Amino acid sequence: MYPENYRYTKEHEWVHVEGGVATVGITDHAQKELGDIVYVELPKVGASVEQGKSFAVVESVKAASEIFAPIAGEVLEVNEALTGAPETLNADPHGKGWIARIKLSAPAEMAALLSPADYQTFLGAE
Amino acid sequence: MPVPQSELKRTPLYSTHCKLGAKMVDFGGWDMPVEYSGIVGEHRAVRERVGLFDVSHMGEIEVSGPQALELVQHVTTNDASKLADGRAQYSGLLYEHGGFVDDIIVHKVGHHSYFICVNASNQDKDFLHILREARNERFDAMVADMSSEYSQLAIQGPMATAVLQTLTANEVAPVKRYHFLDGKVSGAAARIARTGYTGEDGWEIYVDPAEAQRLWDEILAAGAEFGILPCGLGARNTLRMESAMALYGHEIHASITPFEAGLDWIVKLNKGSFLGREALVKQKERGVTRKLAGFEVQGRGIARDGYEIFVNGVGAGWVTSGGPAPTLNKNIGMCLLPAVEAEPGRTIEIMVRGRPVEAVTVPLPFYKRG
Repeated sequence: MYPENYRYTKEHEWVHVEGGVATVGITDHAQKELGDIVYVELPKVGASVEQGKSFAVVESVKAASEIFAPIAGEVLEVNEALTGAPETLNADPHGKGWIARIKLSAPAEMAALLSPADYQTFLGAE
Repeated sequence: MPVPQSELKRTPLYSTHCKLGAKMVDFGGWDMPVEYSGIVGEHRAVRERVGLFDVSHMGEIEVSGPQALELVQHVTTNDASKLADGRAQYSGLLYEHGGFVDDIIVHKVGHHSYFICVNASNQDKDFLHILREARNERFDAMVADMSSEYSQLAIQGPMATAVLQTLTANEVAPVKRYHFLDGKVSGAAARIARTGYTGEDGWEIYVDPAEAQRLWDEILAAGAEFGILPCGLGARNTLRMESAMALYGHEIHASITPFEAGLDWIVKLNKGSFLGREALVKQKERGVTRKLAGFEVQGRGIARDGYEIFVNGVGAGWVTSGGPAPTLNKNIGMCLLPAVEAEPGRTIEIMVRGRPVEAVTVPLPFYKRG
């Protein structure tokens, strides 16, 4: 369910780093909590994002939720496909539902993120 | 202020909702299911087939006695003298200044006997309001808060009548909209009203809380062949919004009058005096300065409750209810605007997270069943 090579936040985002670039998205738990996702507001390519600051918005039928950047960096690419098919976030949150690719500016921040085991322990306690 | 989880009130179906995997939310102090399988699917089930809602949080107030009608007439805007036994009407409870205490359904049970369904969050306030008026005006009538004596289940959708009929010996098809009968559903004494909050055909069934669990299970079992789904308050909200039905605290509240909310049809100024009438007469003479309007979002974005509205760059009002409309596949909403801007076809701008998003005003309701 929660890929071993991803890292997670207590705000229910995930990060997958490959060669200094982080792919980020929301967790399966997050999509379940949100319910039917109908709208995504993506960050702008080239924008700088800060760890823990809002960088995207995901809206379900009932509410709008801010998505916080799990790590700092520059947005290299956004998942434009979500604009036309926001339900992908429900169907495949850890895969095709990725939100953005970010060039890490402070790789040390990764240390603050949760392992899959710790994230699931956190979910159990929440 | 959020109520601590442990202090939230529960309907008799609380554990059933949890077992069905519902997401529970605090709704007016009640721990209620917001969705089971998903709001969009539940919404569609009601539009296309049938859905079952636990609305046991709703309050029930009984007014009886020799001057029950006089009291009901005094506290409500609609004309309850027009009700025959077994008929119901949508009505308003108003303050003297013309704003809403609540919106309600008044059922005439019999001679000198009325049954009023009120919003959960307003139950205590409504009861005290009616009781105070009964005392102040010295009506010879009894007012009783019966909310703990009733659970309410709503079966809604084009197949609702067929589902209900499988569970009752009472012939329900001939019962007209806003009529009700006292009969039995699955052997349990029930008040069976052809009312609802979805814009579809459907029924609201009032039963002894001790019977609620069994009835819920039997309705779901009977509805299986019709594709019934348990539905939460999320779908209830999108359904009522598409049908432009008012929600207390949004389209109506203490500082909004029925004329502003477009509910002129529940105000019978010629029925005699009632609480709020003078304020409404004055407002009618002067004309309303603001009015409820519907809108469809044209740009990219979803307008939510409370978002600000600008017309020609000037702050003009706010969204009372807004969100995606699953049947229409559009982002819609209702809003309060200056009366001159509330006509259909006006371009307005809704502030979505600091960004103006274009919308156009449209006639209400957004959805009407065929």
